[in-house]
Amino acid sequence: MANSIKIRARAKGNAVTVKALIKHPMETGLRKDKKTGKVIPALFIQEVTCKANGKQVLLAEWGPAVSKNPYLSFAFNGAKGETVNLSWVDNTGQSDSAEVKVK
Amino acid sequence: MQRRTFLKSTLAGSAVAVAVGAGLLTPRMVLAAWPKAAFEAKSVDDALSSLFGSADNTPSGDIKIKAPDIAENGAVVPVTVSSSMKGVDNIAIIASKNGTPLSANFKLDAGTQAMVATRIKMGKTSDVVAVIKANGKLYSARKNVKVTIGGCGG
Repeated sequence: MANSIKIRARAKGNAVTVKALIKHPMETGLRKDKKTGKVIPALFIQEVTCKANGKQVLLAEWGPAVSKNPYLSFAFNGAKGETVNLSWVDNTGQSDSAEVKVK
Repeated sequence: MQRRTFLKSTLAGSAVAVAVGAGLLTPRMVLAAWPKAAFEAKSVDDALSSLFGSADNTPSGDIKIKAPDIAENGAVVPVTVSSSMKGVDNIAIIASKNGTPLSANFKLDAGTQAMVATRIKMGKTSDVVAVIKANGKLYSARKNVKVTIGGCGG
């Protein structure tokens, strides 16, 4: 699951706004495959951790009701040049992370 | 000599296996913290008590929910929750009539602003409820979102 995250962090005043898009199917486990009639197993992101300069700023806990290819935006008090790191883990243990410098 | 190399390689092999095992443990430990019961709860109150230990919440005008009045596609409903309150450390987004209402829960650390935006799935027309935990108390706000399935506009 490499490169599943698109992330941007922009500073305005002393606030940094982070916007991220994650590529993930977010299957609820309730949908059926139209061809085979079998239930598609659940596959969704459970935790997204966001760190700024190594310190956690946001922990998102998600259920299957978050849309496919999830979008996440939030803001924290920070400045230009800080490193923002975002990582996710899904219910099958797959994970990915991305890092970006605040612009 | 051959026996010796054989032993060496098996030892190296088992060391790798141990490392892999240890590596696999990390995601499992992370997942253990995920509030499974809250996400599987079938009612808003059950989800809240499971998540926060109590379902008592006070409606508050200081919470803003930005969501469309009419969502044409229930699979993608953009929701932004923000608040002017101080000391917010938790924001939960709930779609009240979904089979399992709790959609997402955000834990904020000090220095993180009380604003999160994401997109959620909604099964049918219902209220989107935002529950904020600030200074140990629960506050809530709700906004009705109409979901049109398979139509264009309403």
